[in-house]
Amino acid sequence: MHKEYLTVTNIVGPLVIVEKIVDVKYGELVEISSPGGQLRRGTVLDVSTERAVVQVFEGTTGLDIDKSSIRFLGGSQTLAVSKEIVGRIFDGSGNPKDGGPKIIAKKRRDINGRPINPQARDYPSEFIQTGISSIDGMNSLVRGQKLPIFSGSGLPHARIAAQIARQSKVLGKKEKFAVVFGAMGITFEEAYFFIEDFRDTGALERSVIFLNLANEPPIERIATPRLALTCAEFLAFDLDMHVLVVLVDYTFYAEALREISAARKEIPGRRGYPGYLYTDLASMYERAGRIKEKPGSITYIPILTMPEDDKTHPIADLTGYITEGQIMLSRELHRKGIYPPIDVLPSLSRLKDKGIGEGKTREDHADVLNQLFACYASGKEARELALILGEAALSDMDKIYMEFAEKYEDEFVCQGEHESRSISDTLDIGWDLLRMVPKGELKRIRPEFLDKYYFIEK
Amino acid sequence: MKKGKIIRTAGPLVVASDCLGAKMYDMVKIGDIGLIGEIIELKEDRAFIQVYEDTTGIGPGEPVELTGKPLSVELGPGLISSVFDGIQRPLDVIKEKEGNFITRGIEVPPLNREKKWDFKPFVKKGQKVEEGDFLGEIEETPLIKHKIMVPSGKNGTVIKIKKGKMLIEEVAAVIKSEEKEHEVRLFQVWSIRKNRLVKKREMPEIPLVTGQRVLDTLFPLAKGGTACVPGPFGSGKTVVQHQLAKWSDAQIIVFVACGERGNEVADLLLSFPELKDPSTGRPLMERTIMIANTSNMPVAAREASIYTGMTIAEYFRDMGYSVALMADSTSRWAEALREISGRMEEMPGEEGYPAYLASRIAEFYERAGKVICLGSDKREGALSVIGAVSPPGGDLSDPVVQSTLKVVKVFWALDDKLANMRHFPAINWLNSYSLYAESIKDYWDKEIAEDFSEIRQEAMKLLEKESELQEIARLVGVESLSDQDRLVLESSKSIREDFLHQNAFHPQDTYTSLRKQYLMMRTIIHFHNSGLKALKEGINLEDILKLEIREKISKMKFLEEKGDDPDVLELFIEINNVFKELLEKKG
Repeated sequence: MHKEYLTVTNIVGPLVIVEKIVDVKYGELVEISSPGGQLRRGTVLDVSTERAVVQVFEGTTGLDIDKSSIRFLGGSQTLAVSKEIVGRIFDGSGNPKDGGPKIIAKKRRDINGRPINPQARDYPSEFIQTGISSIDGMNSLVRGQKLPIFSGSGLPHARIAAQIARQSKVLGKKEKFAVVFGAMGITFEEAYFFIEDFRDTGALERSVIFLNLANEPPIERIATPRLALTCAEFLAFDLDMHVLVVLVDYTFYAEALREISAARKEIPGRRGYPGYLYTDLASMYERAGRIKEKPGSITYIPILTMPEDDKTHPIADLTGYITEGQIMLSRELHRKGIYPPIDVLPSLSRLKDKGIGEGKTREDHADVLNQLFACYASGKEARELALILGEAALSDMDKIYMEFAEKYEDEFVCQGEHESRSISDTLDIGWDLLRMVPKGELKRIRPEFLDKYYFIEK
Repeated sequence: MKKGKIIRTAGPLVVASDCLGAKMYDMVKIGDIGLIGEIIELKEDRAFIQVYEDTTGIGPGEPVELTGKPLSVELGPGLISSVFDGIQRPLDVIKEKEGNFITRGIEVPPLNREKKWDFKPFVKKGQKVEEGDFLGEIEETPLIKHKIMVPSGKNGTVIKIKKGKMLIEEVAAVIKSEEKEHEVRLFQVWSIRKNRLVKKREMPEIPLVTGQRVLDTLFPLAKGGTACVPGPFGSGKTVVQHQLAKWSDAQIIVFVACGERGNEVADLLLSFPELKDPSTGRPLMERTIMIANTSNMPVAAREASIYTGMTIAEYFRDMGYSVALMADSTSRWAEALREISGRMEEMPGEEGYPAYLASRIAEFYERAGKVICLGSDKREGALSVIGAVSPPGGDLSDPVVQSTLKVVKVFWALDDKLANMRHFPAINWLNSYSLYAESIKDYWDKEIAEDFSEIRQEAMKLLEKESELQEIARLVGVESLSDQDRLVLESSKSIREDFLHQNAFHPQDTYTSLRKQYLMMRTIIHFHNSGLKALKEGINLEDILKLEIREKISKMKFLEEKGDDPDVLELFIEINNVFKELLEKKG
């Protein structure tokens, strides 16, 4: 039996401070029972010979100094994993939420995971076709990549994520595939949208869902993504599945982390977020990837809403430094009625180069995408110029580029929510657009591909 | 061994009591599983320890073993081609022992103890030697002869010298000085926080050729110099670092992946054995050492990783090699400093960074340099350091960027506007600078071509002029510019697109020799000057811009490199011809 302590001396925000403790370890899992007899869980954040600082996942509402009791359970928080986990819905602490039975644990995994040895990593290079041109064509996703969606409030990131989950496939292969979805602080409606969408397309039975909704304790959010990733690691590296992890919304996660940091009176970094936000985010994002000689993979799409659409906000900024690129949504395109409103220029996929080209997508892919980028950038520049000086002041070339940019947004970026384009369709649309530009201007395309594709008409 | 007792654990910081006698920066082993840590503050009998591994499960009451030795690295054969974590544990051995995920408290020797090396002695019994002298060498890889040197402070007479296959722990030589005998093994141990000694420092004046046109021609780094690459995420810092690691003409590359992505390390690990060194044709891995402490690995070890890399780099410099160290990214290292400092409740400076940030950064870069090494042969060695900096939001007023700019001599400013236009390398030609351009000038003009620096100057002037003209064009429209000015715009566009823009993933374009860089730039400038002359003769600007040779100029970079680059030379002559034709047509 574990010793029970009644020595709580201080409760502040999400933290409880216990004194006169014996043999407590850093990171240990804690069980707290409130005066009403209700059980909560927590973890040790700081321990000295005299006292321990405990962070309570379910929040401290209803706890008191006098009667609350605390037990240190030894070991850290774990998740029970077995094959039966697929198709289930859990709450943010890993308890079943779908009325089903508890998972009979074949294994219990520490939710903090362990870092993958860089020497064991295999470089992600398998192209995933999402059916969305602005991702496949311009910022291709590969298996084992972590590619976040940088969104803003009111933008359709949920629909895009659902579309990716629905349509993703690797060309010419049929393999075991699963989706792990984690909600951190989003509303019931948003979560409901995902679950219904998964249900409609039959994806639910190959999904695992962890839900921490907006009205649930914020501190639980610290555990939610780690539970989801621990589950994903089990599916990918024990059961050899290809796992797509979608986690919304990291902004709420970071806010919860800030709350704890503030309660501990730590020295804040930028905008009040703790100085270790980078390390903390990295400990989750880096769990995506592939391992040599293992067939499974974890592809990771975290979603965050940038406050005021500001990509220099610490959450977006630090995420961008860890992840392998980002898909940036644009309010301007959204206002124009373009779905998906993916702003191609600031978006980036760092791993695309090894995932595209001959034998993977198509030989001309890299050149076409570079050229489309360059033309679209020139077009947008011309558009700005026209705003200042009027269209009359533009040179002929500028006018062509401006028209290119318009068409690019309308025909290449814009597509249906249930439209899944093959990669060669996407590239063909790209060529259709490039033909608007004189051949001599297409400097990013190798001559042999220009000869092969430029003059073919539909 | 003396033992203390843990009284507090908070993340990567552990406080222990009963530690009287411990010294600053001594290495300690923590808890029952023996995690590695380093003492960073002493207060009465308490020691504050930063721990290089995850401290989950460590609590008060557990022992702390004081080793009495500073955190050190092992220097000897077996370093090349290795991949170490931040405190020099070989990751491949860890993988063999523990599987795909890293566990804690593993003890593995940094250098292979079982491998036998063929030692060829250079000295004879009875010979007098001084510190730094070569006792012999080992062919570690076909590219690298690993010299075994007399350790510093051990001048004397060789009284025993061995030859042939031996383990690194065996005694290779015995040196007698002042009646004391020193055994020299194939490896030495050196504290990571202590500079390795040199005879003399010198001024760097030979360029480190990287094959990257914008760097070599416009903003060169000298062998033994320091450079920094700051930029927001997505602007291509890592690609620049990787390109340098692949193509720069240093003999040894030490790559420190400090708090960065695991997949990037995987990329280097998988591609380096395949990529060939352009000058020798051997796999690049045979001259590379990697320190990989990815962002999810323990934060304190990130702090150490930079010093581990630096000490190894200095060791090879001491052998007389030209070494280049890349650190990606120093911001993550600074953040590790900040995290530890915060946990120790130190008074923070700017942005929460500790007040000693600037001095730590300066100390780090000052370990670079061109030197006369220890040893009686007065050989030269060089250690160039290139640090990536990742300022939040790309804001250059960040304390890490500012402290770095105070010490480095080359500034490669990455610009996300250029990156968005997919102009790579996204190095801004107006903001970047190199303070070595003056001292390298002699080398260029003597070794490459006598008008190299002149042509470079002209190109820089054109780019400068372009930004002025663009400003005017934005206000009054391009039409109102004179033909001469419009030609300047076109030519600088050609410099930007046909010269500065370089595709790291194109087999030809990824590397350009200094000679070809010169020829390319000369061709572009020649076209510009010929154009100016033609305008004076009354030729229409439109006719000049319509010339087909411009397309050929734009494809120069894809031409295969061979000998004297006849294809590029030919273009030069062709330009003369087409302009002559233009003039003749006009009559």
